[in-house]
Amino acid sequence: MFDIHYSSLTAVQTYFRNIWLALYTALIGMRLTWRHLFTPAVTIQYPDVKLKLPERARNRLYVNIDDCIGCDQCSMACPVDCITIETIKGTPDQDLGTTSTGNKKRLHVPVFDIDIAKCCYCGLCVYPCPTECIVMTDVYEFSEFDRRNLNYHYSAMTPAEIAVAKEKLRKYDEEQAAKKAAAAAAAPKPPAPAATATPPPKPETPPN
Amino acid sequence: MEELGKTILKLIPVIGDQLADISVLVFVIGAAPPLIFILLYALVTLYTEMKVSAHIQDRVAYMYTGYHGILQPVADILKLIQKEDTVPDSADKTLFRLAPYLVFIGTYAGFAVIPFSSAYMGSNINLGVFYLIAASSIVVIGLLMSGWASNNKWSLLGAMRSAAQLVSYEVPTALAVLVAVMITGSLNLNEVSKFQDGGIQNWILFGGPMPITQKLLLLPFTFITFLILFLAGMAEVNRTPFDLPEAESELVQGFNTEYSGMKFAIFYLAEYANMFLVSAVATSLFLGGWSSPFGSFMSGPVWGVFWFVMKGMFFVFVQIWMRWTLPRLRVDQLMYTSWKVMTPFLFVCIFAVGLILVL
Repeated sequence: MFDIHYSSLTAVQTYFRNIWLALYTALIGMRLTWRHLFTPAVTIQYPDVKLKLPERARNRLYVNIDDCIGCDQCSMACPVDCITIETIKGTPDQDLGTTSTGNKKRLHVPVFDIDIAKCCYCGLCVYPCPTECIVMTDVYEFSEFDRRNLNYHYSAMTPAEIAVAKEKLRKYDEEQAAKKAAAAAAAPKPPAPAATATPPPKPETPPN
Repeated sequence: MEELGKTILKLIPVIGDQLADISVLVFVIGAAPPLIFILLYALVTLYTEMKVSAHIQDRVAYMYTGYHGILQPVADILKLIQKEDTVPDSADKTLFRLAPYLVFIGTYAGFAVIPFSSAYMGSNINLGVFYLIAASSIVVIGLLMSGWASNNKWSLLGAMRSAAQLVSYEVPTALAVLVAVMITGSLNLNEVSKFQDGGIQNWILFGGPMPITQKLLLLPFTFITFLILFLAGMAEVNRTPFDLPEAESELVQGFNTEYSGMKFAIFYLAEYANMFLVSAVATSLFLGGWSSPFGSFMSGPVWGVFWFVMKGMFFVFVQIWMRWTLPRLRVDQLMYTSWKVMTPFLFVCIFAVGLILVL
C-alpha cells in the first residue's frame, strides 16, 4: 500500500492518503515500540555481571619473566615504544637456567618495564617472542589514579642481584681484556695482510 | 522593578477589602491539592518516562537507587537543588529569573478548573475550559521571555518556534473543545463530566448520553475530534514529535538552554504538569472525567479521584509512548498539520455535530 504512484492521484486524494498514512504508519511504529516495551532488555549490568571475553581478546600484557631471555624483540616490535628492556650479559661461571621452552638463558634482565598507559593493544610484541613469555590476557580493569602506576615492572631481580651481576660482568670483562693483552704481548705481531687482488672484471654481456 | 512593587503593594488592600470575608487560608487550602498532586505526579512520571523509554529501546534504565531505581527521581531532584543556579552575564536578569515561574504559573493556573472528583475542583467557575485555554496562553509568554532574556541564539530560536507552535495549536485545541462544549452545553468541566456520568457508553468519545441514532451519527465526529484534541494538546506541551522548541539535536535545549539548577527543574515540572493538564482536559471532555466507566459501580467522590488520575495517567503514558516512537516533525510539517489538516477537519466536525444536535 506504500508504493502507490502519487502522480496517478488527484490533489484531494493525495491529501487524504497522506493523512491516512500519517496515522497508519504512526500506529505501526507504536505497535513496534509496544512490543519492544516487553522484550527483555539486552543491557548487561556491568560491574555486577561481566561478559566472558573471547579467547583471543587483547587486553593487559603479561610477561612471564622466568621465561624471558632478554632478546629485546618485543621492544623492537612495539610501535609506541612502551616496552623498556635492559640486559646484563651472563658470565660463563653463572648458570641462568633454561626457559620452559628449552632455550638457554644467557642474559640477566634487570629491567623489563611496560608502560601500559602507552600500550595500544596491537599485540605485535606477542608474535616475535621466541619463548612465548609475553602474552595478552583478558584483564581489562586496571585503572589507576596516578598514571605512573600504569608503568608495570616485570623484572624479578633485586637491586643486590643486579649489582652482583654487574660486578661479575665487570670482572669477567677485565679478565678477558687482561688475557687478550697478555696474548697480544706474547704472540708476535702478524704480518700486515697483503692487499687483496681485485677479481678479474666480469664481462658486461654474457659470452655467446 | 521598584515601581512595579509599589503598585502591587497599593493594589493588595483593594483586593483585601473586596475579599475581606474570605480568609487567605481558604484560598491556600483550596489551591494546595493540585500543587501537591503535581509534585508527586512529576516524580512518578519522571520515573515512568525513563523506564518506558529505556524498555522501548531494550535497555533497563535506573537499577541501583533503590529497587529497580525507584528512588532515582528523588536523587535527581536533590541533585537539581544542589546545583549552582547560574544566570548568564549578558542575560536580562529580571526576565530570566521570572520566566520559569511564569511558565509554571500558566500551567498551574489551568489546574484551577480541573475537576479531580465530583467533590473537588479548584474554582467552580462557569467559564471553565475558556479560562483554561486563556490561562495556559501565559505559558507562551513565559517561553518567549525565557528565550529572549537568555540572550542566546538557540534559546531565541527555540522561543520563536514555541510561540509559533503554541499559537497555531491553540486554534485546533479551542475548536476541539468547542465540539464537546456544543454537545454538553457547558464550559464548566465538572458539568461536562457530570453530563457523561453513568458508564462508558455515555462518554462523549462514544457519542455521549444521546438517543441511539444521534449517538451513532455523532460517534465518528467525536472520535476524530478527540484524536485531534489529544494531538494538538501534545503539540502544546512541546513534546516529541512536536518538540521543535527544544529540539535538542538542532537547538541544544531550545528556550531553556541557559537554565540550570532549580530554574531548569521548574521548567521540567511545568512540562510534566502540562502533560497531565492536556490529558486531564481530554479526559474531562471526552472520557467522562471522574465518572466511573462501570456506571454506578466504583463511583463516588473518592473513586472519582482514582478514575480521573488513572485516565489522565493513561494518556500521559500514551504521550510518553508516542514520544519514544515518532521522530520530530519539520517546521513546515508542523504548520501544515495544524492549519491544513486539524483546523479544516474540526470545522467539518463542528458543522456536523451542530447539525446532528439540531436535528
